[in-house]
Amino acid sequence: MNKFFDRFLTAAVYVFLYAPLLVMVFFSFNEGRSTSVFTGFSLRWYAELFSSSDTITALKNTLVLALLSATIATVLGTMAAVGIDGMRNKWLNSAVMTTTNIPMMNPDIVTGVSLMLLFVFVGRLMGLATSLSFITLLIAHVTFNLPYVILNVMPKLRQVDRRLPEAAMDLGCTPRQAFFKVVLPSIRSGVLAAFLMAFTLSLDDFVISYYTNGSGFQTLPLMIFSMTKKTVKPDMYALSSVIFITILLLLILVNVLQARSERDAKGAK
Amino acid sequence: MKQRRSYAQVLINAPYLLWAAIFILVPLFIVAYYAFTDASGAFTMANIKELANYKQTFWISIKYALIATAITFVIAYPFAYFMSKKSAAKQQMMMLLVMLPMWMNLLIRTYSWMNILERNGIINNLLGMMGLGPWKMIGTAGAVILGMVYNYLPYMILPIYTIMSKIDNSLLEAADDLGAHSFAKLRHIIWPLSLPGVISGIAMVFVPSISTFYISQKLGGGKIMLIGDTIERQIQTAYNYNLGAAISLVLMVFVLISMAVMNRFADDDGEGGGMIV
Repeated sequence: MNKFFDRFLTAAVYVFLYAPLLVMVFFSFNEGRSTSVFTGFSLRWYAELFSSSDTITALKNTLVLALLSATIATVLGTMAAVGIDGMRNKWLNSAVMTTTNIPMMNPDIVTGVSLMLLFVFVGRLMGLATSLSFITLLIAHVTFNLPYVILNVMPKLRQVDRRLPEAAMDLGCTPRQAFFKVVLPSIRSGVLAAFLMAFTLSLDDFVISYYTNGSGFQTLPLMIFSMTKKTVKPDMYALSSVIFITILLLLILVNVLQARSERDAKGAK
Repeated sequence: MKQRRSYAQVLINAPYLLWAAIFILVPLFIVAYYAFTDASGAFTMANIKELANYKQTFWISIKYALIATAITFVIAYPFAYFMSKKSAAKQQMMMLLVMLPMWMNLLIRTYSWMNILERNGIINNLLGMMGLGPWKMIGTAGAVILGMVYNYLPYMILPIYTIMSKIDNSLLEAADDLGAHSFAKLRHIIWPLSLPGVISGIAMVFVPSISTFYISQKLGGGKIMLIGDTIERQIQTAYNYNLGAAISLVLMVFVLISMAVMNRFADDDGEGGGMIV
């Protein structure tokens, strides 16, 4: 009885989870313009996709934004993790951690709206005609990436033996040298995982971008949103299938890296 | 030496503290500022008073989010339990397969459901072949709740599974030896130990469900307005930032209070269930 229920539930959950994805991939190969009636196999939507300059621009924008925001968030977040880890003041420490958690607890729409209102407010103070731009979008992405970077790096930092950087400094390293030569190499895998996570979060974000982007800068999720306002052609499904495969490859990379760092950690013991 | 270290400490902390203050804390105050002012910047209670017109919207949003959270829990709890009993390799594979759809953009996943459910959609086409239907599914509460359950189910499975996989099997064996029934084991061992995971799962499903606007837009067929839709309309269409801010403020306060209340139930510092994406 239990076994039957187990099999039934497991199968049902996976069918449920994958049905819409299969629909998407299936209809991206549709010959016709419909996304619910299949008329024949064709690659025309993929061909159309890669010859459309809008899509290519949006793809470039998305990648540039993800790369920049992930890089800034990783550098800033790693510094923050080191800083928070070294904080002696308990009260300050918990205040900073609570603040860090706010963007993760708050609904995305509130994070997006609150940042947008900040930018609009500052823009008005400075008398600007438009306050939203690529810069505001970048700031928003760095902001929502930061907590994830900090939470990825922090546990790695706790594993570092505190005596090591101290020993390095006793032997004449400056704190900066001690960090780059001793601490950073031992938290490398955490930093890399944080970067990849920030990168994929940024690639995938729609809600926060929707409120904080300027009109001239379109990313793929924003483009998909405006496409789904009209009747959708299979080209959007082709686009989604391509994004999905890209993210899948990135995730496999993250998993391989994590497995390798775990193996290294075991080897060290 | 001491002097130099504390100097380095300040230097390494300063950029993030500054960033967090300007881009995390200040925006919250700006939302409050907009909520209590009018378009010219003068103090007013008008936006707050106007919230009374949205009582129905708030109520529906809370109701749908609660139902969606309850359904995800009913599916996820036994699913996570069965998963935690499988071999290590199988568990890893199953987890990966649960997380994978999350990396498809939410907009697409939701739109795909629209294709499945709409009047000329896949289900109605299949029903048509059998001489049934068409059924109207888009625009119903069921479709919107289905969208929420679908999109956020992995968020419920993940923390519950994580904590269940850590439950020490010897506890269950000991209970067996002492003659405990399956239900007694569930009630006295598995349930209390898995509670922190359940609580983070509930938070991770409830919060995005109550604040969504895309799911209700597409699967609600424009007939169902949730809090998220109202905020979106005020900000992006009506350009009434002040009312939009007032609604956002209420949503934020409501979410933060419910999270605080729920965290009281879990006497755990959150490390077990974990906020993992």
